[in-house]
Amino acid sequence: MLEHYISLATKAIFVENILLAYFLGMCSFLAISKKVETSIGLGLAVTFVLTITSPVNWAIHHFLLQDGALAWAGLPEVDLSYLNFIVFIAVIAAMVQLVEMILDRFSPTLYYNLGIFLPLIAVNCAILGGALFLVERDYTFMESTVFGFGSGLGWFLAIASMSTIRHRLRYSNVPPKLRGLGITMLLTGLLSMAFMAFSGIDL
Amino acid sequence: MKFIRTILDKIEPIFDKGGFLEKFHPVYEATDTILFSTNEKTESGPHIRDSIDNKRVMILVVIALIPLYIFGAINIGWQAASVSGIERSVLENFWIGMGSIFPILMTALVAGGFWEVLFAVVRKHSINEGFLVTWALIPLIMPPTIPLWQVALATSFGVVIGKEIFGGVGMNIFNPALVARAFIFFAYPSQISGDKVWVNVDGISGATALSIPAAVENGNAVELLSNITRFDYSWSNMFWGYIPGSIGETNKFLIILGALFLMYTGIVNWRVIVGALIGLLGTATLTNILSSYSSNTMLTLPAHYHLVMGGFLFGVAFMATEPVTGAHTDKGRWIYGFMIGLLTVIIRSINPAYPEGTMLAILLMNAFAPLIDYYVVQGNISQRLKRYAAE
Repeated sequence: MLEHYISLATKAIFVENILLAYFLGMCSFLAISKKVETSIGLGLAVTFVLTITSPVNWAIHHFLLQDGALAWAGLPEVDLSYLNFIVFIAVIAAMVQLVEMILDRFSPTLYYNLGIFLPLIAVNCAILGGALFLVERDYTFMESTVFGFGSGLGWFLAIASMSTIRHRLRYSNVPPKLRGLGITMLLTGLLSMAFMAFSGIDL
Repeated sequence: MKFIRTILDKIEPIFDKGGFLEKFHPVYEATDTILFSTNEKTESGPHIRDSIDNKRVMILVVIALIPLYIFGAINIGWQAASVSGIERSVLENFWIGMGSIFPILMTALVAGGFWEVLFAVVRKHSINEGFLVTWALIPLIMPPTIPLWQVALATSFGVVIGKEIFGGVGMNIFNPALVARAFIFFAYPSQISGDKVWVNVDGISGATALSIPAAVENGNAVELLSNITRFDYSWSNMFWGYIPGSIGETNKFLIILGALFLMYTGIVNWRVIVGALIGLLGTATLTNILSSYSSNTMLTLPAHYHLVMGGFLFGVAFMATEPVTGAHTDKGRWIYGFMIGLLTVIIRSINPAYPEGTMLAILLMNAFAPLIDYYVVQGNISQRLKRYAAE
């Protein structure tokens, strides 16, 4: 059983990296990866939010929204799964509020550095993507927790490596018109090409 | 020599500021400094008194690669002769092999040189001597039958996206030659992998040593290799290089010589190489121990076979050690090298999509080298803070 979870996590981190294989969560990845400390902070925040929201969303989907989920309330023919998107977003937004309060209390510097991007985690497609993947792939409770954590860690790994690469780029002489977003997009392409090392691994 | 100097001095004004060919000054400057040592003085720090500069470093790497070209040519001719059952002398084999290498080499030079000069002229920097190494490396990692237009495409991609958009030599993140190889690998997989590309005779299938155990389940890798009759896949023969493969990767003896030469001259850092060897041998030993739990034949491949198969030694000696794209701290170099060895075995063994993993392992670690450095530096900082706080 443990083996199964380990391979699921490895898959989520490397083989199906949510950023470099599915290109989810690109906006904050491109915008925030300028500074190393901030991106590591944001990476940790995303990991945390994904790990928390995935099981919560799983439970809501499983016990409330799924086709026939309301059987326990005597309503077996009700199918609320069209509410998935809006409910998932609401759950994520609530969780992000929580993270925001925790950060504000315990690490004001990070809170200040993340600025607008912290509330924006709420609309980070990686997090909604994680929730939708676990519905589509029919994960169990434990599986979705592990998957959420793995995806978050994969996202963290991607943004941490990108931010340190951009740190090193300060010594480069990038053509003026490519500086900033342009070179970051190209680097993301090269990075995901390198990550293809793992694509095809069957765990 | 004096004669050339006089000519160069005579035409210099044309290329100087205000001259007729002012835009092409980088071309003149490159020709001049390749032929003669320069009088140019460093204007700002750091000042190091040494006869070695960028150009000499690059030339030393190219010198280390020349034996591989010679052997690569002999091997191509020899493979072609042996599968057709012809006896030929070494010299004849060499000329036949040169017949396939030379066009690839020239295509890479023209394609890469074009971009190099274009960027130098437009961006007004001097022509980077690092291109010499990229140029020398690209043909060595191509299969001998590769179509020339693909070589041109790969070289262009490697030089422009791999290097020039970052500002040229010393500023790139990924190894340009590897970017070129990876690009062509993903863009035209059938021309750069599979069974038919390694021997320069039409329709002859010469599976590389690595793809043989990868294709079978529940087998013993060494047994499978020794069952092949068309090629001699014994350990010693794979070491000496008379096997099908990319042009420069087959002869491990010459690669080791080249690597020792570069380590002696101080151009490459031995920590990366030793780290990679430890990573490869350690991981391969581990997979051997675990092999009884799985039907994967690649896991039974002994560690010393991993060492001489595929492009591992070539990649580690000439590409992973590149001082720019690797880790910049000593502790980081150990980790960087170790991870390359580890990932090579992992990709080879458990990724059915690719029989060889060195290329992608190095590219991946190129991407993570800055992260490794960051944590090494942070670790040093916090250690020192602790030390000074204790005093």
